[in-house]
Amino acid sequence: MAKELIRLANCSMEFDGETVLDSINLYINDKEFLTLLGPSGCGKTTTLRIIGGFLKPSSGEVLFDGVRINDIPPHKRCVNTVFQKYALFPHLDVYENIAFGLRVRKTPEKEIDDRVTEMLEVVSLRGFENRKVQVLSGGQQQRVAIARALVLRPEVLLLDEPLGALDLRLRKDMQAELKRIQQQMGITFVYVTHDQEEALAMSDTVVVMDKGRIQQIGRPEDVYNEPKNAFVADFIGESNILDGFMRADYEVEIFGRRFKCLDAGFLKDEAVDVVIRPEDVDIVRPEEGRMQGTITGITFKGMQYDIIVDFYGFKWLIQTTDFQPVGTRIGIKLDPDAIHVMHKSSYSGLFGDYSSYSAEYDEINDPDIIFDEAEGEYREGEDEE
Amino acid sequence: MRKASKIFTILVLIFLYIPMLVLGVASFSSGMDVAKFGGFTFSQYGALFRDSVLLPLLANSLIVAIISSLIATILGTMASLGIHAMGKKMRSLTMAVTNIPMTNPEIVTGVSLALLFSFIGVMLKMNHILGFFTLLIAHITFNLPYVILSVMPKMTQMDPALSDAAMDLGCTPFQAFRKVILYELMPGIISGALMSFTMSLDDFVISYFVYGPNFITLPVEIYNYTKKPLQPKIYALFTLLFAVILLMMVVMNLVQARDERRQKHAADAFTGKGKRVQV
Amino acid sequence: MKSKALAAPYLVWMAIFTVVPLAIVVYYTFTDSITGAFTLNNITTLGTYLPIFVKSIWLALLATLICFVVGYPVAYFIATCSPSTQRILYMLVMLPMCMSFLLRTLAWVALLEDTGIINSLVAKLGLQPLPLIRTNGAVVLGMVYNYLPYMILPLYTVIMKIDRGMYEAAQDLGCGQAQTFARVVFPLSVPGIVSGFTMVFVPAVSTFYISQKLGSSGTTLIGDVIESQFKAAYNPNLGAALSLVLMAMILICVAVMNRVSGGSNNEEMVTL
Repeated sequence: MAKELIRLANCSMEFDGETVLDSINLYINDKEFLTLLGPSGCGKTTTLRIIGGFLKPSSGEVLFDGVRINDIPPHKRCVNTVFQKYALFPHLDVYENIAFGLRVRKTPEKEIDDRVTEMLEVVSLRGFENRKVQVLSGGQQQRVAIARALVLRPEVLLLDEPLGALDLRLRKDMQAELKRIQQQMGITFVYVTHDQEEALAMSDTVVVMDKGRIQQIGRPEDVYNEPKNAFVADFIGESNILDGFMRADYEVEIFGRRFKCLDAGFLKDEAVDVVIRPEDVDIVRPEEGRMQGTITGITFKGMQYDIIVDFYGFKWLIQTTDFQPVGTRIGIKLDPDAIHVMHKSSYSGLFGDYSSYSAEYDEINDPDIIFDEAEGEYREGEDEE
Repeated sequence: MRKASKIFTILVLIFLYIPMLVLGVASFSSGMDVAKFGGFTFSQYGALFRDSVLLPLLANSLIVAIISSLIATILGTMASLGIHAMGKKMRSLTMAVTNIPMTNPEIVTGVSLALLFSFIGVMLKMNHILGFFTLLIAHITFNLPYVILSVMPKMTQMDPALSDAAMDLGCTPFQAFRKVILYELMPGIISGALMSFTMSLDDFVISYFVYGPNFITLPVEIYNYTKKPLQPKIYALFTLLFAVILLMMVVMNLVQARDERRQKHAADAFTGKGKRVQV
Repeated sequence: MKSKALAAPYLVWMAIFTVVPLAIVVYYTFTDSITGAFTLNNITTLGTYLPIFVKSIWLALLATLICFVVGYPVAYFIATCSPSTQRILYMLVMLPMCMSFLLRTLAWVALLEDTGIINSLVAKLGLQPLPLIRTNGAVVLGMVYNYLPYMILPLYTVIMKIDRGMYEAAQDLGCGQAQTFARVVFPLSVPGIVSGFTMVFVPAVSTFYISQKLGSSGTTLIGDVIESQFKAAYNPNLGAALSLVLMAMILICVAVMNRVSGGSNNEEMVTL
């Protein structure tokens, strides 16, 4: 029976008149690896900092083991943080950086030595005790940051995009390593990242956030296979998202054609968003398929081809290992488990069409939208500078 | 704790400005003694503008300050460019030499220059070598390090790709300098120039050892005045200068603030920070 | 525009007007004032000035310590204000430095004199006039007053540059405010402390104007002696010797401080 360790109840955060977090409700279990996942500005780091005590929520409660800790400052919480830029102390060497928290607690010297040495072993940095931290590589600095936090044996470790500055292969290794450490030490990890692959690879639970709200919470497989709305479907992996109608339980209609699917519980004839993952689409000859379309683009990605197909004005992404030249007319077949149905939401219509991969691309050409230097965002209006 | 620090800081600031207050008040006093306030009057300011002794001295100070800071800025900026291109050893050596006038007490700089000039005077068989040029040379010498220490950081902060980009687009190296590098260095150049100007205007110790009887600056004359009672017009002059320099500092402040905002915006845009708002 | 040669005019200038003069000082130190022959006389007569050296160092040290005790809290406060407030406060601290230090010192004379402003107030209260001027205390006050910004500004610059992340990391690891200061902020501010000490001690130990105006014959400092050798009793050789020793003394102090703080960065020594 998992024990609930941290709970955020109706936490909201206002900043400069802007709502950064909108009534977040979240609980985190003991020994869980939970990831807050979302694009930049979604509120995930804010949530983490509220748990750490560096921010106080404008409203709502933060509970630790059932006790309200809103007013408790960071240095009194049983929580430690691995910062995004590591924040190692430049005036101390590796050993002293790790020992820092122990010294503050006036731990006896012998114990400090034992625990720091143990930690150096865990992060594979034996022999680095007397190095100055500035001469270490990014990966090494990061391990010192982890060791410094873990040596204090916190119940919860907060990690703020710790792997962002590392290169790809090292990042993958560190993901595995962090997971191993978490399971070995039995500590609750609350991890923040914008990289969905990373989140899926490491977590027990994924919390998808956008615009200060939790969009979905679940196991990685659930969040991937059964996204709740267009945002989640688009953010995690690639998705074709179409308008459809639920004609009956297990039967959905798109482009005027009915398909068998595995979802039920919708209202009759309810307008829905239909998610079809690019890798789940079978390409067949036009006469064999339920729908027909024309290939407008193809890119070789190594592992597969990304094929853009035009179906009745809507662009799909299909991933396949078979090459098809541009201009070919093709048909597709969809198995019932390739189709996933979601309720409509405020995100409907924003994602899922593959005329371009990103929303920003569309905005670049629009002279009515300007990058606001004061706000750091695009907005409509006149150029001030 | 913070409240106490705030109060303490305010007290310290008051302490720093007490003499300004004293002198400012004295400038409006009709009495001769700074310690006793005569009636309130603008007469000192009037007398100041009609004065035939003080104003030429002020003019002298301004002339030396302007010319020396100009020359120091040009020489120093060129030096910064050159130093930037130097290898590590040369650079350390040069920076060490640059630091000498700054770590040396002013009196030693003044004395050493005085000895240099007298030495040259003996060699050239000139009896009265001290004058405008020796003064100018001394001022340029102590201004140079300030300019370099203002411009160098801008040099190292600047993205080296900028001048490469300019040349890639067809500029000669000199054009690249004029159109691109100069722009980047400008805040440092301006603050170096302003700093030189202020240091020059106010310099006493060094000027005291290298000045000649034909060209006296204001601070030196003020020092000599102390044998006789100090003319109250001086307080008016001081108060005016205070106002001018305050204005200059406010301007410098605004220039720096704009520069910082510009840098931050450039950095943010590059990393794609900030949200996009679909209007 | 990448040529090292651009620095050549500057280097030539510095060689002639900074390096050569110092060599000349050395030359004069070891030369007799009348005959021009090599002599160690100038050095040996320095012995008589030992008490003055000691007094100068002592007063300058006192002034430096006071500047540190007063200046550090101010620098720390400013560094933790909002950026726009910081700029304003920085400007306010810097402004007095740009004003004639002669006149500002004279203002203190007016304040501290027996018939000065403070004593006028004291007299109004019916008390005896206080002997404020022409004391060691007045000289130290003058030093502290004039050089306080030179302590505050480097400290402020260094403290301000400390990454916010350091504060949070310290708190995260269990430090309250006092601990964060003692274990993180203070050690990281040491380069600023070295800068500040240097920039106050050097002018303080070599001043002559402050001691002349606010001090008495009992507070003659090295600077006064050097000045008189060049202006009154024309003995440039002795003056040179005194200057040389002064320079050497300062170099030693600076070197010791650098060693204690673990070395400092030459290129951006002080960005005022």
